[in-house]
Amino acid sequence: MATRVPRQAMVAGAILIALVVLAALAPVISPFAFDALDLAHRRAPPSISHWFGTDELGRDLLTRVLFGARVSLAVGFVSAAVSVLLGVAIGATAGWSGRWIDAILMRVTDAMLAVPRLPLLMIAAAVLAPNVAVLVLLVGAAGWMETARVVRAEVQSIKANDFVTAARAVGAASSRVVIRHVLPGVLPTAAVATTLAVGRGILLESALSFFGVGVQPPAASWGNMLYQAQTTMTSEPWLGIFPGALIFLTVLCCNSLATALTE
Amino acid sequence: MSFAARRLAQAVPLLLIISLLVFGLIHAAPGGPLSLYLDNPNVRPEDIERLKRAMGLDKPLGTQYVSWLASFVRGDWGYSYADGRPVTERMLERVPATLQLVGISTVLAVLVSVAVGVGAALRRGVDQAASIGAVAGLSVPVFWLGLVLQLLFSNTLGWLPSSGRASFVGGGLADRLAHLVLPVTVLALAHAAGWSRYLRGSVRLALAQPFAKAARARGVTETRIVLRHALRHALLPFATVVLLDASIMASGAVVTESVFAWPGIGSLFTEALAKRDYTVLMAFLMCASVAVVTLSFLADVAVHALDPRTRDAS
Repeated sequence: MATRVPRQAMVAGAILIALVVLAALAPVISPFAFDALDLAHRRAPPSISHWFGTDELGRDLLTRVLFGARVSLAVGFVSAAVSVLLGVAIGATAGWSGRWIDAILMRVTDAMLAVPRLPLLMIAAAVLAPNVAVLVLLVGAAGWMETARVVRAEVQSIKANDFVTAARAVGAASSRVVIRHVLPGVLPTAAVATTLAVGRGILLESALSFFGVGVQPPAASWGNMLYQAQTTMTSEPWLGIFPGALIFLTVLCCNSLATALTE
Repeated sequence: MSFAARRLAQAVPLLLIISLLVFGLIHAAPGGPLSLYLDNPNVRPEDIERLKRAMGLDKPLGTQYVSWLASFVRGDWGYSYADGRPVTERMLERVPATLQLVGISTVLAVLVSVAVGVGAALRRGVDQAASIGAVAGLSVPVFWLGLVLQLLFSNTLGWLPSSGRASFVGGGLADRLAHLVLPVTVLALAHAAGWSRYLRGSVRLALAQPFAKAARARGVTETRIVLRHALRHALLPFATVVLLDASIMASGAVVTESVFAWPGIGSLFTEALAKRDYTVLMAFLMCASVAVVTLSFLADVAVHALDPRTRDAS
């Protein structure tokens, strides 16, 4: 299968991998310690010693962005995994079982899709005041619906194939047929859904943190760095521009990759 | 049963599930809707007990849900915790600003999407630029885009006001329009990204159909085929996609209104969130969801009435 990988997808993938590596190596490669204060250079614009400038305590912004990447990327990847696992499980159950199970699951899916996602998550985060782990679960739990719908449709069409009938005819258990014969056919869809969900998870985390209900200081994520930067956008714009640009870049890479995967 | 009646029969259980979800979410708070008062040293425990009784929070959850739903349907949405005014009153006074912002940006986004969809079908260059633009538009954090545009056009260049709906000192029409430019741009861009991509795809599909080939064989120009045949073919499904995106529009309005301090329902929501004003939050979520369900009902019924092809399938 020597399919041509579009250059756009290669670049997007390379940037994503680079970001993950940089985030993983943050404690080793970052120029300063995470909480190192440099009181002589507070609110300093970008310079040779502080590439991204410093904040109101003289902390190096590049260092904080690198550490923030760990939280933001982790939230993106783990919440995507949660979304897609839930989506595949619910979609496959609905598509395979049919009848009333299908009807109930699809009504719940429709209901979840009708409630605006961001306000719903904002209320959930405000009510539960979650730590990062619970936040990941919340973001993941808010993103399974689209995957469930697509997977359900795919499972329904795969179910009608002769190889499924054959497997059932030789007496294979339902669970075995689904896992061995049906789910592999859903993999390409799940791959696209995961890539999209990573980007969406990062955007949602950043929006929640931007409104002060997501990742709480002293932990740094790109979103809560923006939350802290919004009041000083005019005097220290770099504090807002860099974290936001990194969110944009990361999500752009995820979405480009998903587009390439679809084609 | 007619199609509309059957479709309506589906919408009712949907709304019930949504109401359960919203109610359950608010009551999942440790300490329930009064949790904010629990941390307030000025509120005595006996006051909280009194409030609980007054608001019916001492009754079983099931009873609370039924009475809440009954009052909600009757239009009694309770009182705001923040200022004691009826929630309906607080929300209604914010509706015009939101309708203005969302209405104008939706119209703008539709116009941009149609122009991009048509342009992309006719010119390869436009097509490539449009697909890059669409991915970028879908990827940009809306609040960050808002902050950057404020920084650029208000603080650095000084061309446009950065926030609010009008200047304090009696601004005229020009002043009001100037206040609209940035929030409308941000919101319209966010929607146009997804919609233009959808329309581009469906125009392209329509162009591959036999009627487009037939028109080409008759010597009809490509521009005319796109405008008169393919676009007409694609517009109805496009209209439903726009209506079905009401849920995304609500999220977009919350973010955009908050960043630009636009005095609409979206910024009422973030104000209520900061104060944990649960009656307002619940009312917002319910209204937005009811609007989404209603619009998707209308979209389905309209398509069923206008497009005979969809009738055979059902």
